[in-house]
Amino acid sequence: MNAELFSQLSWLPRPPADFHDQCRALQQAAGAQGRRVRALASHALDENKLNALAGAIEALRATPGALEPLTPFKLGIASNATTHFLAPALVATAARYGFALQCVEGGFGQALQDASNPGSAINRFRPDAVLVALDYRGLPLRPAPGGAEADEEAVSAAIAHLDAIRAAFRANAGAPCIVQTLARPPESVFGSLDPAVPGTLRHLLDGFNRRLVERLRGSSDLLLDVSGMAETVGLAEWHDPTIWNIGKIPFDHAFLPIYAEIACRLFAALRGRSRRCLVLDLDNTLWGGVIGDDGVPGIVLGQGDPTGEAFLEVQREALALRSRGIVLAVCSKNEDAIARTPFREHPDMLLREDHIAMFQANWQDKPANLRAISEALSLGLDSLVLLDDSPVERGLVRNLLPEVAVPELPDDPALYARTLLAAGYFEAIAFSAEDRRRADAYRENALRVVLKQGAAGVDDYLRSLKTVVDFRPFDAAGRSRIAQLIAKSNQFNLTTRRYSEAEVERMEGDPDRFTLQVRLADSLGDSGMIGVVICVRKREDWEIDTWLMSCRVLGRMVEDAVLQELVRSAMARGIRRLVGTYVPTARNKLVEEHYAKLGFDHAGREPDGSARWELFVEKHVAQVLPMEITRSASL
Amino acid sequence: MEDSLLPTLTNVFREVFPGMSLPLSRQTTAADVKGWDSLTHITLMLSVQRAFRVRLSASETSQLRNVGALIDLLRAKLER
Repeated sequence: MNAELFSQLSWLPRPPADFHDQCRALQQAAGAQGRRVRALASHALDENKLNALAGAIEALRATPGALEPLTPFKLGIASNATTHFLAPALVATAARYGFALQCVEGGFGQALQDASNPGSAINRFRPDAVLVALDYRGLPLRPAPGGAEADEEAVSAAIAHLDAIRAAFRANAGAPCIVQTLARPPESVFGSLDPAVPGTLRHLLDGFNRRLVERLRGSSDLLLDVSGMAETVGLAEWHDPTIWNIGKIPFDHAFLPIYAEIACRLFAALRGRSRRCLVLDLDNTLWGGVIGDDGVPGIVLGQGDPTGEAFLEVQREALALRSRGIVLAVCSKNEDAIARTPFREHPDMLLREDHIAMFQANWQDKPANLRAISEALSLGLDSLVLLDDSPVERGLVRNLLPEVAVPELPDDPALYARTLLAAGYFEAIAFSAEDRRRADAYRENALRVVLKQGAAGVDDYLRSLKTVVDFRPFDAAGRSRIAQLIAKSNQFNLTTRRYSEAEVERMEGDPDRFTLQVRLADSLGDSGMIGVVICVRKREDWEIDTWLMSCRVLGRMVEDAVLQELVRSAMARGIRRLVGTYVPTARNKLVEEHYAKLGFDHAGREPDGSARWELFVEKHVAQVLPMEITRSASL
Repeated sequence: MEDSLLPTLTNVFREVFPGMSLPLSRQTTAADVKGWDSLTHITLMLSVQRAFRVRLSASETSQLRNVGALIDLLRAKLER
């Protein structure tokens, strides 16, 4: 099951149901279609969908300008196996990286001839790179167990063959070669002894791969580590003897998408398009839990707890990326001072504030914050990767900032780090001392950037989520969750009054109290209960005793919907005025302006520092909200 | 009952041959489907194997006269 992370490109969103229709529509559309092609390519496509998209790209290529703004990239493919199926997979996958890829294939088993002959199809094509996709079965690597000298000679001969191909393409095509390591087959001769006996296929291929890596070091040619990927997904799955026999197909086509993906990452790296900055969400991404509600002692992080170790691993990998030159930033919906406390005070935090080049913790939407990070670090949006556990945030960012890479994440945080790394956003073709220092340099240069107001398009996106907000009074079914929210919520909590489950039960059906439990569901899933309101009747007023909500639904206008529901219910019950109170605590600065934003008027201050707000219900102006409202009959 | 595999198989065909217009039946042959040649036959067979979670040998995939023969082969594999 873990191999599917790679074979199914699980970090990419699933393709739309009408994918084939969209591919067809592309071919009929007028004007530049490059952006649409790239958007379609940015899904987890299997072999057939890659073929369909490649077909559309080939059709568009006939019309000048139709593939703009994709950048042309010409690839020669030289091989001793069947490459017919590689080309379309590469063409479609390259669009994911912004390339309009064009391939020319050499003759079957004629890599050296294709390279040496200046007039060969590949050389005349003047490619930007040549993929030398050799299979071990077409190289002079005949197993003959026992002879150390013969083993050495065979490896040298195979390397010399490859050297000749590389030198000839450099001379005749003027292009770098992309050379593959060889994936060894699962068949063994002796068993565990194979790697120890010179002349076994295992020994030959290990030797070849090691020598190849050494030969390429310092050259302009690039390494495509096919062997590493085949081992990652499983050699027994990679090698399918049936399809080799049928058509000299070198590996199972279930792996065409990941093969094309790792090859295209090299084109991107060659053109300087690899990503440079990892932007991290905080709550439930770097640690378990919500720092604003759970506090430093309450968040889950560290050894001794499986979930805590999973988040530790995310931090460890982020640090490893930083040490190879990837810039780290934070983008979180949080109070800045609270968001920083784990970095300063939690003993198990591996990440510290000085690892973070740009720390954006506020209540603005994430697209606005990502823009700010991009500007402050002078890195394009197309350099950023956002790691975020929330499907809503991921969808919003993908929608509004398609340039930012946002990996899909599995439910289990133990797989966060692996998924991020499997996506290969930070592919490099070289590593220098300068890279090691880069992350520090960015931090020094970072400037604080003042945010603009929320990005346009957020509303449309929220509408597309098909959000449903449900209201019902307190009841037995919701009781324990209501009590839990009342006990736990700190940030979006106007009064922070705590009530026990027994007290909550007594409020059910109390004629002097109006209560609401608020639930939210959308096309991405059911968030369950996310809000609680308690009003106490004082003649023709409702005193809002409690109003709390989960921070996960911030920025989705749920508070506006709650107010609308309060006004509606108040009018139906002859209530003329809503009176709200904000009782400041160390944690709830977030909602200091809550009532002001909702149109309440300031109505004085209490000796304890709390502020009172009032709204005459007839003054409230209803607005169209990006959601559907449902309510129980008793409301 | 004979063609209970046909809906899944139709989905596979639509993925491999997105332009396929006519409905798939037991009588369908390669000549009826645009683009079904010896190379796409390999892609088709690999896609069929993935969709039905069966393995097909070279001799089995090379002897199929029509879709009906493929369905019979798949049923024999699935019932084993």
